[in-house]
Amino acid sequence: MIDTSTPPATSKTVETVSGITVRLCGDSGDGMQLLGTQLTNTSALAGNDVATFPDFPAEIRAPRGTRAGVSGFQVQFASQEIFTPGDTLDALVVMNPAAMVTNIGDLRKGGILIANEDGFNEKEYKLAKVESNPLDADVIEQSYRVVRVSMTKMTRDAVSEFGLSTKFADRCKNFFAMGLVYWLFGRSLDPTLRFIEEKFSKKPDIMNANMAALRAGWAYGETTEVFGESYQVEAAKLEPGTYRNIMGNQALAWGLIAASQVSGKDLFYGTYPITPASDILHELTKYKNFGVRTFQAEDEIAAVCATIGAAFGGTMAVTASSGPGIALKGEAMGLGVMLELPMIIVNVQRGGPSTGLPTKTEQSDLLQAMFGRNGEAPMPILAPRSPGDCFAMAVEAWRIATECMVPVMLLSDGYIANGSEPWKIPDMKDLPEIKCSHPAASDSDETFLPYGRNENLARPWAIPGTPELMHRVGGLEKEDGTGNVSYDPDNHQHMVDTRAAKVAKIAERIPEQDVFGATSGDVLVVSWGGTYGACLTAVAKCRDAGHDVSHAHIRYMNPLPSNIGTLLRSFRTVLVPELNAGQLRMLLRAEYLVDCVGINKVQGKPFAVTELVDAITHHATTLRQTKAG
Amino acid sequence: MNLPVLKAADFASDQDVRWCPGCGDYSILAQMKKVLPELGFPREKTVFISGIGCSSRFPYYMNTYGMHSIHGRAPTFATGLKSTRPELMVWVITGDGDALSIGGNHFIHCLRRNLDVNIVLFNNRIYGLTKGQYSPTSVEGQITKSTPMGAIDHPLSPLSVALAAEATFVARSIDAHVKHLGETLKAAAAHKGTSLVEVYQNCNVFNDGAMAYAQERKQRADNIVELEHGKPLIFGAKGEKGIRLTGNHLEIVNTEDVPSDDLLIHDAHDPNPAIQMMLARMRYPEMPEPIGVLRCVEGVATYNDQINEQVTAAKAKKGEGDLMALFNSGDTWQVA
Repeated sequence: MIDTSTPPATSKTVETVSGITVRLCGDSGDGMQLLGTQLTNTSALAGNDVATFPDFPAEIRAPRGTRAGVSGFQVQFASQEIFTPGDTLDALVVMNPAAMVTNIGDLRKGGILIANEDGFNEKEYKLAKVESNPLDADVIEQSYRVVRVSMTKMTRDAVSEFGLSTKFADRCKNFFAMGLVYWLFGRSLDPTLRFIEEKFSKKPDIMNANMAALRAGWAYGETTEVFGESYQVEAAKLEPGTYRNIMGNQALAWGLIAASQVSGKDLFYGTYPITPASDILHELTKYKNFGVRTFQAEDEIAAVCATIGAAFGGTMAVTASSGPGIALKGEAMGLGVMLELPMIIVNVQRGGPSTGLPTKTEQSDLLQAMFGRNGEAPMPILAPRSPGDCFAMAVEAWRIATECMVPVMLLSDGYIANGSEPWKIPDMKDLPEIKCSHPAASDSDETFLPYGRNENLARPWAIPGTPELMHRVGGLEKEDGTGNVSYDPDNHQHMVDTRAAKVAKIAERIPEQDVFGATSGDVLVVSWGGTYGACLTAVAKCRDAGHDVSHAHIRYMNPLPSNIGTLLRSFRTVLVPELNAGQLRMLLRAEYLVDCVGINKVQGKPFAVTELVDAITHHATTLRQTKAG
Repeated sequence: MNLPVLKAADFASDQDVRWCPGCGDYSILAQMKKVLPELGFPREKTVFISGIGCSSRFPYYMNTYGMHSIHGRAPTFATGLKSTRPELMVWVITGDGDALSIGGNHFIHCLRRNLDVNIVLFNNRIYGLTKGQYSPTSVEGQITKSTPMGAIDHPLSPLSVALAAEATFVARSIDAHVKHLGETLKAAAAHKGTSLVEVYQNCNVFNDGAMAYAQERKQRADNIVELEHGKPLIFGAKGEKGIRLTGNHLEIVNTEDVPSDDLLIHDAHDPNPAIQMMLARMRYPEMPEPIGVLRCVEGVATYNDQINEQVTAAKAKKGEGDLMALFNSGDTWQVA
């Protein structure tokens, strides 16, 4: 634990604001993601609530200076609870013209535009496909507070004593930019200085140069007359506890380890690299001392099949991918359903179809999760709502999988996978045990029934190595009870019905759907997955504006909570915002015959709060007018 | 420890065997049931995993643990199981279509990882379960339901593929040559690392007699050469023919004409697979086809050992994982 609440003292005026949204943009090689992560951590340590949105191209090093190569990181930090990284920017930092022209549209009127002036020259204009210096446009000067900083040159001066080549000296300029941003928003330099010290401990010249650049950026803010005042954001009033910053994929990985521990199982994770799921592998493979075995398979199919093999052996088995990989896993998931073995299949959704938009977010795999297997092959589906929630839902997925002997789909998305938020560290002692039992050979003469069932309709998890319980499983239809191959028509009907009933029964054991606002009224906004923050914030704003709007955010996608039907019928209008063409809406309409209205967007971008507020307001107002009329 | 003495019948499940009468699979099943009791390994620690195809019904007929999985993927299920339960003896049962066509990728990767499992590949050079289409091992020009004018694909040799993947145990046997088959399966079980046994298996319905040259008692002496480590390559009914390495190719010689020192001495333990690959490339009718153990190299690390050793090493170095310590690592802050 460290005290970082005290920023370095400034001699200038400090204005207190409730929240700031900043976006840092540059070339994909400019270190913008690093800068953003540091600003996020520093703000979290200062006690702010934070929400982030990293946005980067699919290419590792897209052509330098081009619009396609722009990498950005947006962070909102605030003194009250926030649920989104913010819509419009209070400040935008741009390292070159391409970054400026692709992002300036999101800067609010009167917002601060900080530009690395040295990155603006004829060569860069050409690469960014602009005629002349975009900073010189009248409209820019009139609309924003433009601050031109000669970052490259000043960084070179600041690090000259360390004798770096120009190439390495110029790489320090993101730390200069960081220092300036830290000054502007009253952030402490300490966490980042510590980070630099750890990261570059083996390269003292680079370490010292980066530290010098960071301090030089701060000093520039303090001494130059460009800035009259800086801003501060006080600590947010979060629930008491110990907090850390956490990213979605990290939380998901930790949740899997936690689930393995409370169930007394080792964790097997079979996977194939794919954006944006790979970070779960990178995270898990660090924790072999927790009994974690990671298997980087030859392909997606091998990954899921190895997972099934491990599950057959009695291990906690998990595979993960994104949409294209999940498509490849379809047949094996069907086998998992047939074998009735517990396992988790994670889908960190991205833009589709096909390769689609690998680094952009979307919610368009819900129907794939529901129906993307041949035959009648229902699977429970859970969807975390935020980065930190990935932890809880990973544990929940394993609880359901083992209770019901069924593969469970966990639907995350690129937005929460790469986003981060303060996470209240749970106490492992509070996490309920997940009971996994394996039958032992019995002395009784009763024949062992591998497809016998308990009250949850789950079959016994008898594992190889157990004497007398030898049995064969497989993809051919099973005779109920014995598990022998059966082509009997009535048995097939019975087994299809049983597998469906087993999943449907889960609704009896999951929490009822909770609602923000009244449980009946004019408008209900129903959302799921990573749009939670934007929808909640939008509904809160609409309620503040006097509209009769409530919000239900679903985390249990299949089966849906048992009260969903009643809830939908208790409102005059049901709005379903989704980053797809209307997949949950289709399910709700089909299941409950309620005429839900979609608010849909498929642009690879999350919802802005304002666009949801506009849509909700429109419907709420129309309803009120109809009522009045 | 006193283990009950088991018989072949103890390894038979209660399910009726449903292969076509006269199928070569029966012989392989019989040899497996005969060999397993000789290994003295508990039934409950034995697992058969298969893909899809006629051969892949095999696990249903064994009174062990078993999984009839999906087409081509059996080695991957075995990988997950063996990595997490290394104490089990895992057999993969597959066919020429299953292992070499739809499952070619997994076949190669299982071999190069040297997972300690035994793969038995029933090669009948035809798709039986789907009723008679050509397979990746069908010979060029073969007329089948899907190749009425003859197959135009060049066939794939599982032995060559396995050697190219640097498999540590590569062998071939024949369904009708029951004694040899039993011995070969035993040798495969004894090997630590992936063992591949290709078995020439007659499909008497869709490809009857395709390998009669190697199966029939009268023909096989001239068409196959039984490999034994450290022994010269000699074949023919009276041992009148041998194989000699001349330059960089193999040739058939008359054993009466050449001194026995000139014959190729089989070295199954040579880590360099070059000559073993030359043996794998001997094809009927130009050359006798080798049966027996082409390659058996011990001492190569297995995937399952290594994945578990890393866990042990990580625990020794960092101690048993402590989640609360992990949660609280790095920067944290207190909200009062």
